[in-house]
Formats: sequence, structure tokens, C-alpha cells
Amino acid sequence: MEISARDALKAKNQSKQKRKISKTIIHCFVIVLGLVMLYPLLWMVSSSFKYPSEIFNSVSFFPAEWTFDNYTQGWAGVSGYTFGLFFSNTMLIVLLAIIGNVVACSMAAYAFAKLQFKFKPILFALMLVTLMLPFHVTVIPQYIMFNYLDWINTYYPLILPKFFAVEGFFVFLMVQFMRGIPNELVQAAEIDGSSKIMTYWYLILPLSIPALVTTMIFTFIWTWNDFFGQLLYISDIKLYTVAQGLRMFLDSAGESAWGPMFAMSTLSLIPLFGVFIFFQKYLIEGITTGGLKG
Amino acid sequence: MGKFKLFWKNNGIGYLFLTPWIIGILTLTAIPMGASLYFSFTSYDMFNAPTWIGFDNYVSLFSDPKWLQSVKVTVIYVCLGVPLQLAFALFIAVLLNKGIGGLRVYRAVYYVPSLFGGSVAIAILWRQIFGGNGLVNNILGKFGLEGINWISTPSTALYTLVILMVWQFGASMVIFLAGLKQVPIELYESAKIDGAGLVKQFFTITLPLITPVVFFNLVMGMIGAFQAFTPAYIVSGGTGGPLNSTLFYTLYLYQKGFTQFAMGYASAMAWVLLIVISIATAIVFATSKKWVYYQG
Repeated sequence: MEISARDALKAKNQSKQKRKISKTIIHCFVIVLGLVMLYPLLWMVSSSFKYPSEIFNSVSFFPAEWTFDNYTQGWAGVSGYTFGLFFSNTMLIVLLAIIGNVVACSMAAYAFAKLQFKFKPILFALMLVTLMLPFHVTVIPQYIMFNYLDWINTYYPLILPKFFAVEGFFVFLMVQFMRGIPNELVQAAEIDGSSKIMTYWYLILPLSIPALVTTMIFTFIWTWNDFFGQLLYISDIKLYTVAQGLRMFLDSAGESAWGPMFAMSTLSLIPLFGVFIFFQKYLIEGITTGGLKG
Repeated sequence: MGKFKLFWKNNGIGYLFLTPWIIGILTLTAIPMGASLYFSFTSYDMFNAPTWIGFDNYVSLFSDPKWLQSVKVTVIYVCLGVPLQLAFALFIAVLLNKGIGGLRVYRAVYYVPSLFGGSVAIAILWRQIFGGNGLVNNILGKFGLEGINWISTPSTALYTLVILMVWQFGASMVIFLAGLKQVPIELYESAKIDGAGLVKQFFTITLPLITPVVFFNLVMGMIGAFQAFTPAYIVSGGTGGPLNSTLFYTLYLYQKGFTQFAMGYASAMAWVLLIVISIATAIVFATSKKWVYYQG
């Protein structure tokens, strides 16, 4: 039996139509699910503009009556210490952590990716092992050590380790990236008289900027979201971070002050969101190539 | 030339660049690990010198009901949360990979919870949402249903935290999406000609080819979930309550080590955690030969 051209065309159109329908169904499904996922976040943001009485009853996105009271009330913080202080404290920690990670991890990565030295495979394997090490096996002696150095209630325990490339993820990420830089380039530079240090500074680092940016972004996110370290080492309210400020707010105001708490929570997420909006490409890159999670 | 000089000439520059890392791994990883292993065999409160007590800490762990509870809570959290999170991540990734367009927007939307999820702000939000007068009960109320206080009910508190973990499936999804792009499209076309349906295509083509990604996500998800701390701490106000139902392993370790200063005991807990994570990872690795398929 012969299939006429018209029948074939009809079948093709039908399957095309079918595919269109199934695509529409998928679109609807992922849109609805996406909204469900974002709903708590959006609700929190909108609630930060609501009067307290409304927060408890309303499930809607839009405040019936807008107010900025939550923000002024929240920003005032607790007993004279404002969120302005907590934000600048956190920014300082984040900034120094970024510098530490970029410098120390890129140095280690350059050594692993481009230099030859004895015991390299063993040391590299060791680095990979530290990726999987739960921090709890080191945290108690570290605490004792920092306590002995009188560094409790300072930022040293939160910042200094970064200058020693303790975050193996970033070393790994940069090694992967630097391995992709052609050795011919490095050799050419060295024939022209470039020392290893100059090669690192003038060739490897500029070419590794995407990996460095990814490192900066993830250091930002992780340090911003870190709570355990801050809880452990910082108890002086003058040194509190945003996360600690939020937690103190929760403890002191209890569950009576959801409005200001939501306002400050929203503010605390804005820097993360900003990084996400402007550096999405690098974020996705970091997740897919280095297996870094947000 | 001396032996050392020769070694330096060949390897010096490498070690020069590695110096910060080596100092770090020695002073912040290796020595602390040794120290915590030693402390785990002692009774130590940080103020008096440690006294050697052999395996006492390890033995008392197994008769400490709170420790047993924290193990139970953590195992439920890991064994329920990680597979659910991965299943969600894979399911959505497969849907988005159907060439429906708008991939970048969807990916961004689904990733946002992963970005925020570990923060104190979200933990606070969760506490409200699942509280007695919270959002969930308000929504239930619209349908004429009356909810309970999910956070302060021992039988439900842990599951609110599982939901929080599953909510953050975006990062795994992004990794899955990258993996799915590697699957050759011709395979699907020939499967279609053979009349294989979507479900069959998924189980015979997609799933086998992305098992390495599943494997990676599984290992990383497990390691992360074993170490979760912030959500339990904030949601329970640091207690692990109600009735220790959210007493994560790390939270109990924190309480023992840093509020009761039972440093020896906490060190023993840390080592048990390390051993458990190693065994769990080793099991995943060992069985991976059977189910992970590497191309080429």
C-alpha cells in the first residue's frame, strides 16, 4: 500500500500539533511549579511592607495598605546596634575572605596545574580528600587554637584561613580552568625570559579571570550565608554580622515582630540576589564545572 | 651541590606557590584532625588539661539517648531529603531539556531557592510559614481546613526541614541540565522511530547516560546533608526541639562542644560522623561500578 504525500503531510502536521500541545502543557507545569517555589519568598517580601495584623491573615502578594515601618523599626536593630553596623561588618568579612581565597587558591592552583614538583600527585590527592572532609573533625581543635591565640571575638578565625587556601573547591575549580590554558603559551612566555612568578602574574592570572570571578562570587555567597563560624567565634554584639543580627532579633523580639524581621531578612537577601543577577553566567559555570552549589 | 639545594632547584618554585596551601593544610586540617582524634579519647573541658579515658567517649555515645536520637534524625533527613531533592531536580531538568524555550528564565527561577536556602533569613521565614499562625495554615484556612503548628509538633517538625532541603533542588537541577546536554539527540530520534514512548526513552536512554551526574549529585548531596546546621538551629531556636525531633547531629555536636564544653565527647562525635560519611560515600562509590555508566 502506498502512502500518499498528502497523508504523510497530514501525519506530520498532526505530530507537530501534538508536540506543540505537549510543549504548552510543559510550559504551564513549570510556570505553576516555579510560582509555587517562589511564593514563600515573594510573600515574605510583600509581608515586609504589611502592617502586623495583615501578616497573620493575608496570603496575598500585595499589601492592602503599604508601610515602611517594618524597615525603619528593623533597621534600628537591638539596643542601639543597627543593621547598618551588621551590614558593614559582614561586608568587611566578605571582602577580606574574597581577597584571601583569590590569592591563596590561585597560587595553589597554578602550582598544581602548571608547575612540576615532587610529590605533586600525592598532594593533589590530599587536596581532593579535603573537599569531602566534614569540618566538624577540625572545628574543635581550631576553636581551641584560636582561643589560645586570643582570637575569639575577632574576625581572624573567619578570614585568616582563607589566606591559606582551605577551601579546596576553589583550588580544584581553578586547577581545572588553568589546565585548559595551552602549555605552548606558557613556554613561549618563558622563552621570552618570563620567570615562573611573572608567568603567574602576567599570563595565568589574566587568562583565568572567569575562574577567579566564579571564586569571588561563591566566596561571597558562602561567606554571606555562613552562620556556624560566626556563631562560634563572634559573641560581641559590636562585631555581629547580618545573620547574627537576624538571629538576635528573633531571640529578643520573639515571634511578635515578624514584620521587621521579614524586612531585615529581605534586605539580607538583596546582596545575594544582586550577585545572582549580574553574575549569573559565572554562577552557572561554577555549578556545572566545579560542582559548586549555592 | 647539596641534596637539599638540588631538590630546591627542581621543586622550589612549585613549593613556593604551594606554601600558603601547605601551611593551611598542616595547621588548619592535619594537626587539628590529629588533635581531635586525641581529644576523642580524653575528657576535656578546655579549662583543665585533657585526661585520657580510652574508648569511654565512644562507648557512652551508644548509651546516650540524645545521641541516638540525633543519629536517627540525621539519617531520616539524609535518606529522605537527598533522594527527593535529586528526583525533583532530575524531573524538572528533563522537562526543561525538551527544547521548550525559555530555559534561561526557568533555570534562574528554580535556582533562586538554592541561592538563598542556606541563609538565616530563609530559616526564619520557614519558622513563620510552618508556625501556628503561619502562611501554610492561612492557606489551609482558605480551604476550610485547620492546620497544626508544624514547627512545634514533634512528628512534623523534621519534615518541614526536609521540605526546605527539597525546595533547594535548583543547584542539582543546573548540574543535571548540563549533563543532559551531553546526551546525543540522535539517540532519542532513533528511539522515537522504534516507537519508544517518553517514559521508556527516559529509562533506557536518559537515565543510563547521566548516571555519572546522578552519582556526583548523590555524593555531594549526602555530604552536605550530613553537615546541615543552620536550618535546625534557627527553626528550633538552638534547642533541636520539640522533643529533640530536629536535633541534627551537628547541632548536638555544637551543644556538647560549645555550650557544655564537653570537647572530648564532641570530638568523638565528630570522628564517628567522619567514619559514617566515609562509609556511606564508600558504599556509593563501591556500588557505582554497577550502576554508573561511563561513556567511551
